[in-house]
Formats: sequence, structure tokens, C-alpha cells
Amino acid sequence: MIDWIQIFSNAAQELISPTTAAYALAALGLAIHFGYTGLLNFGQAGFMALGAYGYAISVLSFGLPVWAAILVGIGASVVFALILGIPTLRLRADYLAIVTIAAAEILRLIFTTNTFEAITGSAQGLNGYKGSFAALNPIPKGTYGFGPFQYNEYDWWLRILGWTVVVLLALLTWLIMRSPWGRVIKGIREDEDAVRALGKNVYSYKMQSLILGGVYGTLAGMIFILPRAVVPANYQTSLTFFVYAILLLGGAATILGPIVGSMIFWVLLSFFSGFISRAVEAGWLPFMTQVQAGQLRFILVGVAIMLIVIFRPQGIFGNKKELAFVK
Amino acid sequence: MSSEVTPTSKPVKTTGLHIGEAEPGCRKVDPILIADGVTRTFGGLKAVDVDHVEIPRGAITALIGPNGAGKTTFFNLLTGFDKPDTGKWEFDGRSLAHVPAYRVARMGLIRTFQLTKALGLLSVLDNMKLGAKDQSGENLFRAMFPFLWRKQEEEIESKAVELLTRFKLDAKQTDYAASLSGGQRKLLEMARALMSDPTLVMLDEPMAGVNPALTQSLLDHILDLKSQGMTVLFVEHDMHMVRHIADWVVVMAEGRIVAEGDPYTVMENPAVIDAYLGAHHDSDLGVTDTEHVEAIKELIDDEQ
Ligand SMILES: Nc1ncnc2c1ncn2[C@@H]1O[C@H](COP(=O)(O)OP(=O)(O)O)[C@@H](O)[C@H]1O
Ligand SMILES: [Mg+2]
Repeated sequence: MIDWIQIFSNAAQELISPTTAAYALAALGLAIHFGYTGLLNFGQAGFMALGAYGYAISVLSFGLPVWAAILVGIGASVVFALILGIPTLRLRADYLAIVTIAAAEILRLIFTTNTFEAITGSAQGLNGYKGSFAALNPIPKGTYGFGPFQYNEYDWWLRILGWTVVVLLALLTWLIMRSPWGRVIKGIREDEDAVRALGKNVYSYKMQSLILGGVYGTLAGMIFILPRAVVPANYQTSLTFFVYAILLLGGAATILGPIVGSMIFWVLLSFFSGFISRAVEAGWLPFMTQVQAGQLRFILVGVAIMLIVIFRPQGIFGNKKELAFVK
Repeated sequence: MSSEVTPTSKPVKTTGLHIGEAEPGCRKVDPILIADGVTRTFGGLKAVDVDHVEIPRGAITALIGPNGAGKTTFFNLLTGFDKPDTGKWEFDGRSLAHVPAYRVARMGLIRTFQLTKALGLLSVLDNMKLGAKDQSGENLFRAMFPFLWRKQEEEIESKAVELLTRFKLDAKQTDYAASLSGGQRKLLEMARALMSDPTLVMLDEPMAGVNPALTQSLLDHILDLKSQGMTVLFVEHDMHMVRHIADWVVVMAEGRIVAEGDPYTVMENPAVIDAYLGAHHDSDLGVTDTEHVEAIKELIDDEQ
């Protein structure tokens, strides 16, 4: 018999999981890039990798404290954004797309190659960088919580911190997008020549947007590695596309969209994977192995997202009126 | 269609703008914009080849010429949206060579586009506010602290509403610009350009595609700009409009300036009729030719 309670309770846990927070933050960064500025960044996985490796390497190889490791990650992503942006932001939008997708892959291959194994751990990745973060935890040892949300002090610390960062940056994004700065940014999305003709330095604004959204991705990368290890295979292009799926699900030029989109994405993923693997166990799907079933969950999430996008093309929080004018 | 369009009151023409003969490249008493040897080629085609031209300050100058004469390209070169192969040009005594488009705009030379660029998914009011200069809230760090820019924002808003009222768009303030008609977008683009208090306004075909009911008010607005002390340079096909509102006319054909003069005498210039006939005399009669024939008829009408 299928244990529905278990499936639902696992799915519910994804609502507040640190991974959900990480994806929400990465998607919020893409909302700045794509939803508000119209920049096609297909390298968000690269920014996330820089956060993950920047933090882990700083702690493991250089023994830096938490705050310094965070700054190193941020610094690395600012440099990465400059390298991507300087040659491409003056060109047509598609150049940025090509360059970001390639640059993120180059980063991943650098982290994977054996040449730098001593620092990057190559394909095995990195481990053992969580001590200093755990040491900052003010929560006393023990297990806390209610219903499905029962965690030890480290897991709570992680969740509280991760979601605090998400909430603060969501507020910041909301604040700047309703400011004159946000108006310029949205103007650039609509027609950058018009904005240039009004005396705004479009190139500089696009660069600021690329850096800011990239830093969100980097912080997301740091949150992402706190409940797990750093593994280079996690930073494939498909990661960027999952983040895009979340963004479009929630609404591209919205603040709540990326957050709720991430929750829906992970709850659905957990639900389908729990359901399928138990259905295989129970012999409901005799034509399938467990491995095949593991892939099926992505297909089902894809179908679910397609349905949402078909019936609500502007995303969950998007403004329906805007769609009337999309050519 | 165009013949019914006359400004509500007969505009006062500014005269005595030039020095010496009214010929291509003639000097002006008080030029605001001077271009020298500006050329631009696309492949083998010399789209712009202007030896010398001066635009008089405080007047309305029309830039006319058949389709493909290079008017839009010349606009792009002057405003930093395109780079010429050779030449130098200055605005208000300051060289504009290698000055990026956004800096040209900040110097007070604001342009509009032949293909209207209303920012569709911004509200009409936001479109207007974007036009204002020196906004402290446009800095990312100050943007985070609304109390630093709220007061300026309110000033900008009241100025925007005032302009929108003048352009009869105030009822549309909160609508997306994308919901406006073509003519209203032209009006919005012009109103938005005025938010920065420019000294020179360059309008690329401001009347194109505008419903005749709105042409009237567009004409009046252009005349208004002059009465407020701004200089206007505009591209237009409709000879009647040019004649009614322009103080000076510059005629371009095949990239060159072929004639200059006040709107009445320039149209008697054989070079102008040549320009319109010459542009297409070896091709089939198409839509654009009908337009040109129309223009020539108007020229001839005018002479009688
Ligand atoms: N980006 C471009 N690439 C190639 N040719 C161009 C480009 N822009 C304009 N042209 C050509 O330059 C000539 C002048 O065009 P344009 O300045 O648009 O004329 P006008 O505005 O007077 O109608 C035309 O022959 C046009 O085809
Ligand atoms: Mg043109």
C-alpha cells in the first residue's frame, strides 16, 4: 500500500527547505536580469557555482572566516559579471545569452578538471566546510518543530538563515524596482534606444543589473551547499533552466513569483518522486525500473509546469494585462 | 487629407536666419548645430554625405527629401546613435564626435524616432518620468532609500502631469503606453522628450501615421516649442505642413544637402523638384512614387 502521509509530508518539507530558498534566490536574480531588465542570462548556474566554490574554497584552502568567505564568493561573481558584460552588453541581447551559457560551462569544467584537484576536489567536489557556519548557530542542540517540520538545530539554523536572506533580498528588490532606478531598468527592457535617447547610460544600468542578479545567484549557491556537499555536476546548464522554469512559473517581472515558483517546483518534484518510487515498489508500474522512475518525476513536473503556463501564461503573480500587449 | 491641416493661428515665421545667399551649406546668423564633412556609407551606398550644414537657433527647421535620402541616418549620426566614417559636428559650440548618445541627450539635444519608441509596458506616467534629467533616485544605492528621492519624484510627477495635460494624455496616465494609438504614442514620445527641458528637439517624422485629428495638435505643439525658446529640427514629408510651420527648410537627396531656404522660396528651387523626381525616375511607379508625385503637385500648387 502507498504511504500517502509520508509522500505528502516529504513534499510539505520542501516548502521551507534550504534548497527551495536557494532556487528562489537564484530565480529572483534572474527576475532582475530577465524579467525587469530583459537580459538573457543563461549562466545563472555559473554564478551559483562561484558562490558554492568561492565559499568552500575560501574556508577549506584559505581558512577564512564565514564573512570573508561570503565576500570572496560575491567578489568572484562581480568579476564574472564584468567579464561577461563588458564585451556583450553593448551588443544585441542574444550575444549575452550565448556568452553566459558558454562561460558557465567553462567554469563548471574548470571546477571538474583534475588539474586543480587539490583546490576544487575535481569531480568529487568539496566537503567539510560547514564547521564555522555551524559554530555561529545560536540555537541549542536538540530537535524542534511540529508536524512534518522536525529538524535538529543545524537544519533550523540553515532554514532560518536561508529564508531570511531570501526575504531581505526580496524586499530590497521590491524597493529598488519601484524607484527611479527600477524605472530605467524596466525602460531598458522595453526599448534601450529610447532610454538612451533620454540621457541614461544604458550600458552602465545593464551592467549593474547583471552584477546584482548575479550576486543573488552567488548567495543562492552558498545556501545551496550548506545542506549538502559541493559537487560540480550540480552546476550544469539544466540548473539554469530549472531556475528559468521557476521564474516563468511564478511570473518573470514579479518579486513573489520566484519565491512561490520555487516552492511549487520543489513540492511537485518531491511529490512526484515520492509517488512514483512508491508506486514502482507497490508494483503499479511493472514496466519501469526505479532508475527510470527517477527520471519520470522530471517529466511530470515538466507537464505540470506546462499546464500552469498554458492556463496562466503570465505566471502565477504576473499581470494578465501585460500579456495583451506581448507581440 | 493634408490640405485641411492648418495651425489654429497663423504662426509667426522667424526670418533673417542666414548670411548671404540661401544655398546648400549657407552660414547662419546664430547656428546651434553645425556639421562638417559628415559621411556614412553602408556597403557601397553613401547614405549621408553632408559637406556643411548649419541649423539656426530658436527656429523651426524642416529636413525634407525623398525616402532613402539619408535623413534618418543623418539624425542617427548627429545624436550619437550611429558613427560616421568621417566628419565633425558640434552642438552649441561643443564637439559631438565620439560622444555617446546618452551624453548627447544630457547636453540638451533630444531626439525622437521615426518608428515610435513608446515604452509599452510602462505606464504613460512612468514613460514621462523617465524623461526627467538628473534624478538622484536613478542611482542604485540611493534608490534603496526612498526618502532621498521622494521629493524630487513629486516634482517630476507634477511636471509630467502638466505636460500630459497639455498634450491631452492626462486621462491615460495610468494606462500602459502600449494601449495608446499610434498618434498618441507620437504625442507621448514628444512630451517625454520635453521632460528634460532640451534646447534642441529633433523629431523624425512626427506626423507619420498620425490620425488627421491629431495632426493639428501636433503642429501646434511643435510651434509651442519654438515659442518656449527651443530649437526644432524635424523630418517631414507633407509639404503643406512644412510650409505652414517651418522657418527654414533643408533639402536632402541621395545623402547630400541639395537646397536650403525659407519654405516659400526653397520650393521654387529646381533642385528640389529634381530631388523628388530624380530619386525614382528610373524605377516603376510604386507607393512611394505616388507620395512623391503628391509632393511635387504640392510644390507646384504652391508656386501658383
Ligand atoms: N543600417 C543600415 N544598413 C544598410 N543600409 C542602410 C541602413 N540604414 C539606412 N540605410 C540606407 O541608407 C539610405 C538612407 O536611409 P534613411 O536614412 O533611412 O533615409 P530617409 O530617412 O531619408 O528615408 C537608404 O538607402 C537606406 O536603405
Ligand atoms: Mg527616415
